[in-house]
Amino acid sequence: MPLILGMSILLGCQFIGEILVHALHLPVPGPVLGMAVLLVGLMVNGRVPAGLRTSGEGLLRYLTLLFVPAGVGIMVHFGLIEADFWPIVVTLVVSTALTLAVTAKVMERLTRSTPRDPRDALREDRS
Amino acid sequence: MNLPVLDRLWVYLSASPLLYLLVTLLAFIAATRINRRLGGTPFLHPVIIAIVMLIGFLKLTRTDYATYFEGAQFIHFLLGPATVALAIPLYDYRERVRRMLLPILLGCGAGIVTAVTSTVGLAMLMGASRETVLTLAPRSVTSPIAMGIAEKLGGIPSLAAGLVLLTGSVGCALGPVIFRLVKVRDPSVQGFAMGLAAHGFGTAHSFSSIGAVAGAFAGLSMGLTGLFTAFLLPPIVHLFGL
Repeated sequence: MPLILGMSILLGCQFIGEILVHALHLPVPGPVLGMAVLLVGLMVNGRVPAGLRTSGEGLLRYLTLLFVPAGVGIMVHFGLIEADFWPIVVTLVVSTALTLAVTAKVMERLTRSTPRDPRDALREDRS
Repeated sequence: MNLPVLDRLWVYLSASPLLYLLVTLLAFIAATRINRRLGGTPFLHPVIIAIVMLIGFLKLTRTDYATYFEGAQFIHFLLGPATVALAIPLYDYRERVRRMLLPILLGCGAGIVTAVTSTVGLAMLMGASRETVLTLAPRSVTSPIAMGIAEKLGGIPSLAAGLVLLTGSVGCALGPVIFRLVKVRDPSVQGFAMGLAAHGFGTAHSFSSIGAVAGAFAGLSMGLTGLFTAFLLPPIVHLFGL
């Protein structure tokens, strides 16, 4: 039963997300808003119900499998990929490298400049 | 069994969603084994191997994608609830998020803006079609979110999913090199960058090859990036006149 409850919570949040997106004409996918809804719900509730954790983490553990059906859809677009092959390859490699470098550099600067609470180290050990 | 019987059996099986659901699962299991044999290389991620095998199977049996998807949609459907479930790791790290709120938000913002502007800028500069550009735009975000965004923007969701997967592999391969180049050693920062640039692949890779703290930060930045990109991307793309 807890698994069913967990799955119902996930689907319920997605449902609310979809309704909000359609009602308010938001440019965001429904499940993303569902994620925000669930986050707020968890904050209010103060803990993750056991069933929700089991079903949620189960889904996330096999997240990569869930991409496969959509990924196979690439076979329909071989023509488009062929036409834009070099722009796609160069963009993927260069932009990913840039993103990694900029994010790492910005984060490093900012975390170094924040004064660290010595208790943080202890807390981190425990978590 | 003689040939006509086999033929009839095939006609029956290929019309039911069961076959393609089963084939997808089997391909994924086989791909995971192959990847493990190859030492878990990020260049040949199980997902990429599984997709290549499935495309080969569909071409050999002359099955079109729509027929395949009738069966595979049951797996595909779970992407929705899985996206919602990303709220759970986010909630787990809420203390850390609160403590490092400013660096996290600024780092996330800088990363997203870099990812989107460099992607859209480069692709346009190299003369990619409008459709391709819009499909590439959300590529550093985890697939379920990227597909949703691509669809909203006017890109192609299934192609977006493929490009997201490729981005993940590229990110895992480039990560260690880039971190050495910019001299960043802090595992939490490395994980954060991996999760931002290479979503779920980067997160899995951080857990397995950098460590638990890196993995936690990767999961966090993956969730935040997905959420923020969904809101930030449409206005940025508008700036490029698309």
